[in-house]
Amino acid sequence: MKDFKVIEIKESVFADNDRDAELLRGELKEKGVFLLNLMSSPGAGKTTTLMKTIDALRDKVKIGVMEADIDSDVDARTISESGAKVIQLHTGGMCHLDADMTRQGLREMGTDDVELAILENVGNLVCPAEFDTGAVKNAMILSVPEGHDKPLKYPLMFSICDVVLINKIDVLPYFDFDMEKCREYILTRNPAAKIIPISARTGEGIDEWAGWLLEEVNKWCK
Amino acid sequence: MHELGIVFHIIKKIEEVAAENAVTSVNSVTLEIGEVSTIVDTYLQDCWKWAAAKSDYVKDAKLLIETIPAVTMCDSCKRTYETVKYGKTCPYCGSEDTYLVTGNEVSIKEIEAI
Repeated sequence: MKDFKVIEIKESVFADNDRDAELLRGELKEKGVFLLNLMSSPGAGKTTTLMKTIDALRDKVKIGVMEADIDSDVDARTISESGAKVIQLHTGGMCHLDADMTRQGLREMGTDDVELAILENVGNLVCPAEFDTGAVKNAMILSVPEGHDKPLKYPLMFSICDVVLINKIDVLPYFDFDMEKCREYILTRNPAAKIIPISARTGEGIDEWAGWLLEEVNKWCK
Repeated sequence: MHELGIVFHIIKKIEEVAAENAVTSVNSVTLEIGEVSTIVDTYLQDCWKWAAAKSDYVKDAKLLIETIPAVTMCDSCKRTYETVKYGKTCPYCGSEDTYLVTGNEVSIKEIEAI
């Protein structure tokens, strides 16, 4: 019988990542780079919303985009058509990015000519909410076809987001989506959340969203 | 599959602890996992088997999981209740002004090592 000793650790699995994320935020503050973490389920319209956001802000702020996916580079190709600086990150099977992976991505992309860095996280409403990426602000997109009950089903995601964009409002007449209930469900979990209904397709609401984002970038970089 | 990312973080932490404590081999790792932490034990075990095999320190280590019951506190009537059974609504007074006390843990409790 070997003589094993017990070493107490008593620490959250997320503690290391939380510390690392705090460090990364400090590094970004020093460099004057604002990092936005954009999350949603697959197909909610992250890439289309990003294209519209880049259109609205390209003359006002220097933008760099990191597209995180398990595989493929279709999103990075799409974004590159906007003229914005973009790189594709592969997570190698993982469903989220952590702070260290985000730091590696920023290094790879290069931030000397970037004021607003946008991380398009892996499409998923569960895991990305658990890992702080080091972003200054978290935003998520809930699209109308997903239903107004999602804040009840994925409470953590809705509770960590500064902004919730409700996308695809152009198809509201075809779905039983209750906007008031949705707002109520989000605000119960996160009273500080800013909720902006948008349509990335028609451009409705994009000005309000882009305005909010620009204001936050200016606050952070000054 | 956030279980895989979680396993990577656990192994990284244990490798640090092992190096600090001059450990050569880890026999077991005990985790505390909350009932509503959204971690699936069987997935976690599968990911552990795959990822641990690549680490010198933990390749032979067993993963032991202690489940922490989920308990919610009601701010209106100041009573606690089982989260899994009643969710966010207090079964005593019907209030939704409630918060999770325990059950969200994903922690490394201890390791057994030489």
